[in-house]
Amino acid sequence: MTATATTVAPSLPAPPDDLAIRTVGLTRHFGRQLAVDGVDLVVPTGAVYGFLGPNGSGKTTTIRMLLGLLSADSGEIDVLGKPMPRALSDVLPRVGALIEGPAFHPYLSGAANLRRLDVSDATADPATSAERIDQALARVGLTAAAGKKYRNYSLGMKQRLGLAAALLQPRDLLVLDEPTNGLDPQGTREVRHLVRDLASDGTTVLVSSHLLSEVEQIATHVGIMAGGRLLRQGTLTEVLADGTAVIRVSTPDTADVRRVLEGLGLTEVVIGAGEDLVSARLGDVATERVAAAVVESGARLRGLAVVRPDLEDLFVSLTGEGFDVLG
Amino acid sequence: MSSADVSLALPRRRYPGAFWRLYKGEVRLILGRRRNEALLAVISIVPILIGIAVYVSTPRGGDGPPFLQQITGNGLFLVFTALTVCLPLFLPLIIGVVAGDSIAGEAGSGTLRYLLTLPVTRRRLLAAKTLGVLTYTAAAVLTVSLVGLITGAVLFGLHDVTLLSGDTVSLANGLVRALGVAAYVIVALFGLASVGVFISTLTENAIAAMASTVGFAVFCLVLDAVPQLHAIHPILLTHNWLAFGELLRSSVDGTALVRWSLLHLSYAAVFLSLAYARLQTKDITS
Repeated sequence: MTATATTVAPSLPAPPDDLAIRTVGLTRHFGRQLAVDGVDLVVPTGAVYGFLGPNGSGKTTTIRMLLGLLSADSGEIDVLGKPMPRALSDVLPRVGALIEGPAFHPYLSGAANLRRLDVSDATADPATSAERIDQALARVGLTAAAGKKYRNYSLGMKQRLGLAAALLQPRDLLVLDEPTNGLDPQGTREVRHLVRDLASDGTTVLVSSHLLSEVEQIATHVGIMAGGRLLRQGTLTEVLADGTAVIRVSTPDTADVRRVLEGLGLTEVVIGAGEDLVSARLGDVATERVAAAVVESGARLRGLAVVRPDLEDLFVSLTGEGFDVLG
Repeated sequence: MSSADVSLALPRRRYPGAFWRLYKGEVRLILGRRRNEALLAVISIVPILIGIAVYVSTPRGGDGPPFLQQITGNGLFLVFTALTVCLPLFLPLIIGVVAGDSIAGEAGSGTLRYLLTLPVTRRRLLAAKTLGVLTYTAAAVLTVSLVGLITGAVLFGLHDVTLLSGDTVSLANGLVRALGVAAYVIVALFGLASVGVFISTLTENAIAAMASTVGFAVFCLVLDAVPQLHAIHPILLTHNWLAFGELLRSSVDGTALVRWSLLHLSYAAVFLSLAYARLQTKDITS
């Protein structure tokens, strides 16, 4: 599990057996636009991998390539230890997927839609079909609406049916693109519990989401994409501790402290507007060294705090407007 | 985790009869759809309307579609009249709808991505879709024929059949010939159905695929009606559609029928190959 380095290396030493998903240099253009640019995804077996990124960052394109829906321009893909899309027929029966929202036939009932999928699956046992459909519907709380036409489902019910489809068979890997989209708070909680349950049974889950607090609650690993590149990846702890902590020094002698911090090699040193506050990226420098240096310089030190960013701060800092939100 | 590692090595079991189940599911999807049921209902009105019209006022002179004159003498001819009337536009229209919808409809609604990630391989999907459309085509042709036969029997009775060549054969012989006519029409329409399936792989817009398929048939009919283009007439998709009259002669020219059928099957082979090549490399972005 420690093989998941934070930095993105071109060749990964970990044996594929321990990895549910591994891509190397995955790249895809659409016309002139580079949608996915050299992505090296590493999802260890058993992980709940939060796949994050703003709209248009290349998450869905990556997911579609993992599942053999899109071809890659270059790069390699291993899913469940086998090359995709070559081993598609062996791999995909073990993968449940919810891709860019649910899609079903509007004029069929929820149960009839699941039946249609189940008869189309060569690896689904026809003898247990009805039973598995009932179980899947019960698992997502749709039993009462099983006979209702899909067209008349609410957005949340559609989303639940999509999850039920992914759970028709036991899966080793679940790829869930925005699974809580359109769900009410109870539904969101249920999905969270569902993902935890599945993960505790040994299922690897790749969950893409915009709801960062959601991901922070369930993910063991995260990857953050922007502009087609995978900017950060690793265990949640690793990624959060990734040198982005900010130190805030409360002092009336802001100019002096600024000089001291810059002297220590801290970056992005900013004097807070209208406040007696200086903030900077802490980087590798130990907090006690900063404290000692400020005191030594003779500047009046009133307070000192280290702010570790949460996932949302990190996300915005990587994909959004920089550090303004922290200042 | 160890259990997951063990299971990684094992390909999951495939249950026998998988393609048959896929095909049955496809047929259920097509025939269970209200729109397609309505199309069958509408087309089955055609022989009833012709039958009643002929019953109420006996046709005079050489007006009207072929076989119309013979209906009053023998209800079986209502089958041939109805097929002749439906072939140029009505049957192509409903086949265009179902064939055009086959892949494009799934792509447009997004269900295609879920089928392909089950996974259903693209080859199997194309085969099941094509057979589904062919099944619906057969259902439409047989509906027209059966309703024609029943209406004809009720209004005019069924008798020994006087062939186009003037000889008379038994009713049983006539019924076998009618079955042959229906089979020929199904083969002829299979060419168009294949064109429709191919067009359906090109777009996510089912309506566009339906319209283009019907448009293709109309285009062939138009070219076929221009005498100056007689050189290309024999290879037009629609040129030999109405040639089933051959089956109503005392000595059936089998070679001609086989040759015409081979043309339709060639259309099917060419366009299904194109559909396969297209679907195999298609990026599924819907």
